[in-house]
Amino acid sequence: MDLSLLIIQLLNGLQLGLLLFLVASGLTLVFGILDFVNLAHGSLYMLGAFICASLTFLFGNFLWAVLVALPITGVIGYLVERFVARPLYTRDHLDHVLGTFGLILVLDTLAHLIWGPAGIAVPLPAWLDGQLQLGETLVIPTFRLLIIGAGLAAAAGLFWLVNYTKLGMLIRAGASNRTMVSALGVDIEMLFALVFALGAMLAGLAGMLVAPITEASIGMGNNIIITAFVVIIVGGIGSMKGAFIAALLIGLIDTLGRSFLDDLFKLVMSTDAAETSAPAVSAMLIYIIMALVLSLRPQGLFPPRTR
Amino acid sequence: MKKLAVAALTASLMASAAYADSVKIGFVTTLTTGAAIIGKDMQNAANLAVEHLGGKAGDLDIELIFADDGFAPETGKQATDKLVKQDNVDFVTGYIWSHVLLASRKSVLDADKFLISANAGPSQIAGKLCDEDFFSTSWQNDQTPMAMGEVLNQQGVKSLYIMAPNYAAGKNMVTGVESTFKGEILGKDLTKWGADAQLDFSAELAKAKASGAEGLFVFYPGAAAGAFTKQYHQAGLKDEIPLYSVFTVDAISLPKLQAADFQSVLGSRITQAWDPSLDNAANKKFVADFKAKYGSYPSFYAAQSYDAINMIADAVAKVGNTTDRDALRAAMKAADYGSVRGDYSYGNNNFPIQNFYLREVVADADGNWTTQVVQTVFENHQDSYAKDCKLN
Amino acid sequence: MTKMTRRGWITVIVMALLAVLPPVFYLTGHAFYLDLATRLSILGIATVSLNLVLGYGGMVSFGHAAFVGLGAYAVGIPAYHWLYYSTGDWAVSGLAQIPLAVGITALFALLTGLVCLRTRGVYFIMITMAFAQMVYYLIVSIEEYGGDDGLVIDTRSELPLINLDDPLHLYGLAYVSLVVAMLLVRMIVNSRFGMVLQGAKGNEERMITLGFNVYAYRLVAYVISGAMCGYAGALLGNFTTFISPEMMDWSRSGELMFMVILGGTATTIGPVLGAVVFIVIEEVLSSFTIYWHLPFGLMLMAVVLFARGGLTGLLSRTKGGKE
Repeated sequence: MDLSLLIIQLLNGLQLGLLLFLVASGLTLVFGILDFVNLAHGSLYMLGAFICASLTFLFGNFLWAVLVALPITGVIGYLVERFVARPLYTRDHLDHVLGTFGLILVLDTLAHLIWGPAGIAVPLPAWLDGQLQLGETLVIPTFRLLIIGAGLAAAAGLFWLVNYTKLGMLIRAGASNRTMVSALGVDIEMLFALVFALGAMLAGLAGMLVAPITEASIGMGNNIIITAFVVIIVGGIGSMKGAFIAALLIGLIDTLGRSFLDDLFKLVMSTDAAETSAPAVSAMLIYIIMALVLSLRPQGLFPPRTR
Repeated sequence: MKKLAVAALTASLMASAAYADSVKIGFVTTLTTGAAIIGKDMQNAANLAVEHLGGKAGDLDIELIFADDGFAPETGKQATDKLVKQDNVDFVTGYIWSHVLLASRKSVLDADKFLISANAGPSQIAGKLCDEDFFSTSWQNDQTPMAMGEVLNQQGVKSLYIMAPNYAAGKNMVTGVESTFKGEILGKDLTKWGADAQLDFSAELAKAKASGAEGLFVFYPGAAAGAFTKQYHQAGLKDEIPLYSVFTVDAISLPKLQAADFQSVLGSRITQAWDPSLDNAANKKFVADFKAKYGSYPSFYAAQSYDAINMIADAVAKVGNTTDRDALRAAMKAADYGSVRGDYSYGNNNFPIQNFYLREVVADADGNWTTQVVQTVFENHQDSYAKDCKLN
Repeated sequence: MTKMTRRGWITVIVMALLAVLPPVFYLTGHAFYLDLATRLSILGIATVSLNLVLGYGGMVSFGHAAFVGLGAYAVGIPAYHWLYYSTGDWAVSGLAQIPLAVGITALFALLTGLVCLRTRGVYFIMITMAFAQMVYYLIVSIEEYGGDDGLVIDTRSELPLINLDDPLHLYGLAYVSLVVAMLLVRMIVNSRFGMVLQGAKGNEERMITLGFNVYAYRLVAYVISGAMCGYAGALLGNFTTFISPEMMDWSRSGELMFMVILGGTATTIGPVLGAVVFIVIEEVLSSFTIYWHLPFGLMLMAVVLFARGGLTGLLSRTKGGKE
């Protein structure tokens, strides 16, 4: 196999992993601190994509659209927290799952009513729409590099926020001991709402970044939410570091599986059988990884120290 | 529960009593999920057909009932069961997806109803599973890519990389192009399909490019079309590995690509059995009225749906009732209802024997992107599975 | 005391309506409603068995659709071989297919349960889903049995005395199976075994201190539940005569879970009521509008926000007082 193909596929895997991290980080924050299972997190990803797509046509510029769409998804996240999540904090996980599943149906259908079934193709400015020549045979779309850059920047920002700010200190404290934080007189409702809105913005950002590639489409959130859950489970719920490592791991495994598994399979089976079974097996890989991790470490790779 | 059941009972009693002198047509298509964009186009065309017919098939009123398959075989089969058992339709038509049609086929045929596919043409139904009560107003899946394979030979393309979704029609498309293309196939990728279809093709496109093939053949219908086309161009593959597609760039994806000002799609070439520019009276009326009413060019899905309704109505009008099944069958088999694709005939397996054209994406006089015919690739082409069909 | 009787009455009324109404619909020319009742009875068996682990055992399984799907494929694959390769007549005998479905799902539940039950809480939810997704993708990858496209079952199971091609017979079998499943779960729950299971849900440490091997008790319950779902799957395959990997998608597991929660967990009638309401409302709403997910989603949210304990809790609550 040639080296530049391997490098390109590694970059593709990195890009997928970073998108996963953006979705998973919000999920793990909400889950870790609020102890709230939000199946509708993927719908915020979808709304981010659609809102950004509409704004791109309004402003005629993708980057402006992202900047305006981010606070909007934050506000939507706040509304979801206030009217759906907050009344359910004291209930068990089953009620969270049922309630947020209802929310998925509502938001998906609203998106269908507002934007139609077609999905929206998002145009990019010319300087982002081309390719970069990284080597003689190494060419990668500029926009995919932008995703990698934006993903890394968001991850770095998040690490700074969680590890070096007062808000981050409260978030970390909340993740390990909720009662303690509220006993210290912190406005826990405000903190929860902020965390939820932050998670919504991160998911929305992932949706905005992916929209110029795959288009904004109904149900796009439901494809990614399960994978994001796999990420936070493998990483350990509430752990930002775990989510980051697990997201990259799963992004790479998925991409490399799709790229090279059929060639591997061809060594042991007929070409046709390999072509049809390889995609399914590579999709299965991430679940095998999760089952393996959980059977060895029932709390994931990086469980937060105390609960 | 009690109240609901009683309400349902009354509703259904009224439904079955109300229309005695009518022909009931069930129309199964995708009305939810992203693929609803195709279903909507088919629904519009079917409604337009009924409007053109004045709501009548001869003396009988046409009653058209739409049902959603949710882009999934199981849901499609349930919708079909309901049309057959509850609404007691005389004909079931529609069906975008091959796997939905395969799952639903038995429900319709076992109940002695007619099944008219307005799009899907899986190889099984053209061959071993053919049935005298099944008709297609589209094509057998393999045929359009076969025409594309022929075009590739004419253009001197020596090697090919193939990408298609992993479901019944995707596999047929691959078989089709492989059967006529004379060069070498350097690689193949079948990607996840359905409501959670794979839409990021970065890994596959990188492989296609690295394979060094002279051409890339793809089949990505509906919502995936726009996503694929964008990524292909973003990856800068236009000059590296030229794209040859079937059912991908069409009237469904073109308005979206135009809205995103995606100039590079102009000039793309695709094969098809129908085109809005085909020169016959029925087609001119259909295309003009469709554009006037819905504001966009009809897709081939729309054309085939329009044909399906017209074929059914024409047969019912000639026979005068919906009970003389032999006469209805003979009337449909004649295929003289005035198809928008021009004249065609039916083979022993009730799939059309028809022309296939090479079309090119162009901007029309008003600047809207559409297609026009470049050349005829096949004349009166029959699918290759007809010989496996026991009917004659 | 009033609460118990009220709940008892609900059980009797729902089951009596299920016994009488569908055949009446069928005999008055509304075959579709019998189909609907057959589907919800079969799903009822699945939800009743899911309730055993979820409601009584506190094990929230997000992968029960895999058992249903495996059960259906245990009917479909032998029928496929019988049709296309003329393997022996046993292949379409229900006396071979149904035990096969139950056996395979029990084995699958045992093997996955050994691993899953080591985890707790939300990790358990996700690992059961992981195993279900593996089965899903495994079936997708097997080209021979249709892969993603699914498989049409051309021949239903052959059983003595019962003809599954007759919708009334099929419904009768589904209904009786549902009643048996409900009684079976009730019996298990009221036995010493069931007491330990419920005790472990409330306070695991205490049961362990008392000397019970909680892990083993849970494993047995998980296997019983899986096998019952496999049986439901065998019926479902015979009913729909079409099977596809979609039957085991995570959203299907979710639906089963929602039916149980909607009806009310840890009650005899709750899971059945949940299945009935879920299917009937889905059917009614979807016949009015293609946007039926909107009111349906709002209803789910309303049930969670305002009706704790599901519909059974709502119905059996006395006037005035909360419970």
